Amino acid sequence: MSNQINFTEEQSMLLDTAMSFCQSHSPIETVRHQIENHKFDAEQWQAMVELGWLGISIPEKYAGLGLGLGEVVPIVESMGRNLMVSPFLASTLATQVLVHGDNENLKNKYLPNIVNGSIATLAIQELEGAWDINLNEALGKREGELITLSGTKFQVLDLDVAEIVIISILLDKQVVLICIDQKEIPPENIKREIVIDETRNSFSLDLNGLKIQSSALVKLKDLKVIEQSALLLLSAEMCGGLASTLNTIIDYLNTRKQFDRLIGSYQALKHPTVDILLALEALRSHLYYTAGQFGDGDSSDGDLEVALHMCKALASESFAYAGDRCIQFHGGFGFTYECDAQLFLRRAIWSQYQFGDEKYHRQLLAKLLLDECA
Amino acid sequence: MSESKKDLEEFQREISHWLKANKPADPEFLLPETFMEVGTDRQFDFLRNWQQKVYEAGYLGMAWPEEYGGRGRHQEYQNIVNREMAEQRVPFVPNTIGLNWAGPLILQRGTEADKQKYIKGILNAEDIWCQGFSEPDHGSDLGNVQCKALKDGDSYIVTGSKIWTSLATYAKYMILLARTSNTDSNKYAGLSFFLSPMKVAGIDVQPIKKLTGEYGFCQTFFNEAKIPADCIMGNEGEGWSVAMATLTFERGAAGGQAGGLSMMDLNVNDIVELAKHSRRNGQPVLDDPLIRDELVQLIMDDRSNRLMSSRSRIPALRGERPAAVAMSGKLRGSELKRRMTKFAISLQGANGSRYVGSSAIDGGRWQRSYFNSFSATIGGGTSQVQKNILGERVLGLPKS
Repeated sequence: MSNQINFTEEQSMLLDTAMSFCQSHSPIETVRHQIENHKFDAEQWQAMVELGWLGISIPEKYAGLGLGLGEVVPIVESMGRNLMVSPFLASTLATQVLVHGDNENLKNKYLPNIVNGSIATLAIQELEGAWDINLNEALGKREGELITLSGTKFQVLDLDVAEIVIISILLDKQVVLICIDQKEIPPENIKREIVIDETRNSFSLDLNGLKIQSSALVKLKDLKVIEQSALLLLSAEMCGGLASTLNTIIDYLNTRKQFDRLIGSYQALKHPTVDILLALEALRSHLYYTAGQFGDGDSSDGDLEVALHMCKALASESFAYAGDRCIQFHGGFGFTYECDAQLFLRRAIWSQYQFGDEKYHRQLLAKLLLDECA
Repeated sequence: MSESKKDLEEFQREISHWLKANKPADPEFLLPETFMEVGTDRQFDFLRNWQQKVYEAGYLGMAWPEEYGGRGRHQEYQNIVNREMAEQRVPFVPNTIGLNWAGPLILQRGTEADKQKYIKGILNAEDIWCQGFSEPDHGSDLGNVQCKALKDGDSYIVTGSKIWTSLATYAKYMILLARTSNTDSNKYAGLSFFLSPMKVAGIDVQPIKKLTGEYGFCQTFFNEAKIPADCIMGNEGEGWSVAMATLTFERGAAGGQAGGLSMMDLNVNDIVELAKHSRRNGQPVLDDPLIRDELVQLIMDDRSNRLMSSRSRIPALRGERPAAVAMSGKLRGSELKRRMTKFAISLQGANGSRYVGSSAIDGGRWQRSYFNSFSATIGGGTSQVQKNILGERVLGLPKS
């Protein structure tokens, strides 16, 4: 595997813009306000639409910018740094299914709208909590041109504001995706869920009895596209979150005094903080390497797979560790809801268990690195 | 002066071929990993002969001036040799201090007479060099060197001791940092730098036995040893600046080294290879999920180190703490090597308990490597000190 990081001019510009945008639009008070109110910030969303962010990974013929998902990484990383509450992540992930799918009618129907601000979301997860999409059990049953659905999806992000919903189902013994208007779903089938990260708007979706047209089917050349996109963007968001967790720790270690000394002078706190710094430096290096590899969108690229598993494994372990230490190093204050440390730990744990934790990804890495080339 | 791609490619084939044909067969004893572990005469003779052979074939000091024994060619040729030597895993060339630190220093700052006298012997390994910087009471605090050198006519009289003087038992010369004056208010101003001969009455070398059981490190005692006054480099009182110039060569921050390979390289691929061929309790170790998990973590950490260097070369991605990657290099590299070698022992079942000798797996090199790995987690500032430095200088935390 190469060690060369391909960092583009576009990524560099987007990083600058996104850093300052997210900082000014998502100070921690705003995040807390949004947690309490669950109110979609339409103005902020419109600002992102105007920056062109929703169309970055959409081909030009559908009114997008025609860049890759690697160019979205600096944006999501910046959002993660500021714990930004936004449907951007969910919508960008769902968009990838349409972009890489084979359904030209749906592309023409939805992609230009997404560029202009229509929100999309993915409904994949089920009660069992498996990460492998091939283990999905929600069923589609063909009745002529109609497909009748059964089963329930969980942890569907931003379903309240989404216009487009992409759902994975088992149809003819194969996992496939369908793309529908959110309006087709009766409101009583959508229920808000409680998740550990309160910045997420998470919903369950009862599919039982829904009938959809078979023209809503989207076939992917490889289902891996979904996982790969999610691993890249989640790792980016986590990398940003990890950076802010570190900064939160450093601020406190430099202000809080105990036994007449700043607590940052104690090696018991200093050394683990350095460990967190080194984990961040490592993760960010893996992240931008992987972002640079994502360009051609070839999901069968073995190096890309290794790089993605490494990203998510490192992100999961180090962000959760940093969040955990962030609580502990804040002492009694860290135990309160008022302390921001809990926001980071909650974010870290939510992200750790989406699309595979570190143990899962290391298991997959072992297969790729130790078995096949033997 | 730029070399044509064709010439370089042709040279690449030439050296590759030469190394394959001339790489010495593995001796019946275990070779040391670096010049710091050369502890027996047979190890030393083997490595010195190898260096001579490489030099005589024209592949060492290729970019050093011809009039002093170099080959006067473009640096790119030597770089190709260095890479190919690492690639083919040939033994290292042992005159490390001469080739990489003293030699470039002499070429940069020495007199014409110095260059005539020393350079060729460094290249052909006739003259082994050692370094006399650290002292028993002043490990990392070089400015506090206490070893005295007092001018007496045509000589300096040296009294004191130096520690960790690797290769001192074989050395003909030492780069020596000593105090020529105690009167200066500034401790650095009293230091001078010498290209001191070793075979002089009053210089006594005592090998230090290491935790591995090997020798290689030494302590060198000076008991009113008389060395010629003209072996001083620069003037009295300039020792600190010469020592700092030496350290830039030692740390690889300045080019000009003679080249060659200076240590037996050990990387994560060696560990993967070992794992593929190892059994634990009757089973291939790669069937064991815990072993697999640990190995994957080592592979990831190795890759992290490579990618960090790569990212630090991209200004827009250096982030808010641009010094973090460079300043943590020794900590990350040495700790990873310690973990890798420790892990390698765990792959051997009950044979993990063996040590250097014929019945040990790979002659016991993994056990020995693990022990030797502490030299880097301790030397040059321990890992714990490194974490203090990173915490204070990179993160801005208060001093401990």
